[in-house]
Amino acid sequence: MAFELPKLGYDYTALEPHIDARTMEIHHTKHHAGYTNNLNNAIVSTALEGKSIEEILKGTSGHSTAVRNNGGGYYNHDLYWKVIAPGGSPKPEGVLQDALNEYFGSLENFREAFVQAAVTRFGSGWAWLVLQDKKLVVSSTPNQDNPLMDVAEVQGVPLLGIDVWEHAYYLKYQNRRPDYVNAFWNLINWDEVARRFKG
Amino acid sequence: MSFELPKLPYQKSALEPYISEKTIEFHYGKHHQAYVNNLNNLTKGSPFENSDLEEIIKKADGGIFNNGAQVWNHTFYFGQFSKDGCKEPMDQLKEAIESSFGSFDKFVEEFSKAAATLFGSGWAWLVRNDDGSLAIVQTGNAGNPLRDGQKPLLTCDVWEHAYYLDKQNARPKYIEDFWKIVDWKVISKRFSEI
Repeated sequence: MAFELPKLGYDYTALEPHIDARTMEIHHTKHHAGYTNNLNNAIVSTALEGKSIEEILKGTSGHSTAVRNNGGGYYNHDLYWKVIAPGGSPKPEGVLQDALNEYFGSLENFREAFVQAAVTRFGSGWAWLVLQDKKLVVSSTPNQDNPLMDVAEVQGVPLLGIDVWEHAYYLKYQNRRPDYVNAFWNLINWDEVARRFKG
Repeated sequence: MSFELPKLPYQKSALEPYISEKTIEFHYGKHHQAYVNNLNNLTKGSPFENSDLEEIIKKADGGIFNNGAQVWNHTFYFGQFSKDGCKEPMDQLKEAIESSFGSFDKFVEEFSKAAATLFGSGWAWLVRNDDGSLAIVQTGNAGNPLRDGQKPLLTCDVWEHAYYLDKQNARPKYIEDFWKIVDWKVISKRFSEI
């Protein structure tokens, strides 16, 4: 079965003023849709057709560049839309809060590490909170790579991800990537991050 | 050695409607300027403090390479445009393009494809190889062909910041408009001065 562009759980205007409606619409209907279509074209009538996206990404080193780029683009954006929500959600609680404290010292320290990774990724890419062998780490990847890929420097399960391709923020923030990253922080859907953590 | 932002060789509005004044304001006034500032901060007290950009491009890594190459790349990019410029290559460059690509149209087609398909942020280039032949290459992020011993003649910036305010996701439309402002007099001069 072909991959489908996922519907968003909220309107394009719902993340205003942090992310504007026009950015949301283009990001979803053009960029994400493009990755979805290109992924389907890249796997049609190949051994990858019918496999789950996670399974495909795990074997990235053996796939074409088109599968790597578009498979990553398909998965990453799906995660992105889900780990943010209108108004965000209350701070992490319970086991996720404990784990963040254990591996970063505090939520504020985690925030600093995550923002730093997002701001300093040169060119296009993503910054991540990753569950790696039961530990939490922050990493970043170029282009549409992600921690599920066997080519990633830091491998594990992505719990939270921020898109720092310029298309994610340029219409509203232009060259001010740090402003976008700080705005993103207000939108994090910690319930979804916790759900992925409990996996 | 302190690096400076070179003057833009035209008004910020001079490339309208192909590249908007607003895009130039950010691209030149913010991005290019930031690369210059970062490079000055990073080279201070480093082994590259007295290096020129070409030496940095050939030898540096990490932040010094990224910012140094981006300073060079943007100066090269902004220096090749005019709405009233020459629309096709001249003299020996014309011959070299025809000999390497078959025809000017074929070259435009291949270069446009290279610019459209570079995944992520980066640059498409027309370069001259050591043996005198011409080639089209793509570089990711700050990459520059000087690093591989090739001589750049023409470049297209395909970082999204180069076109997102004007064209959003429609990179091919930006590339189509790019050809309307390339001044082939400048490119031909670069070729004759190698």
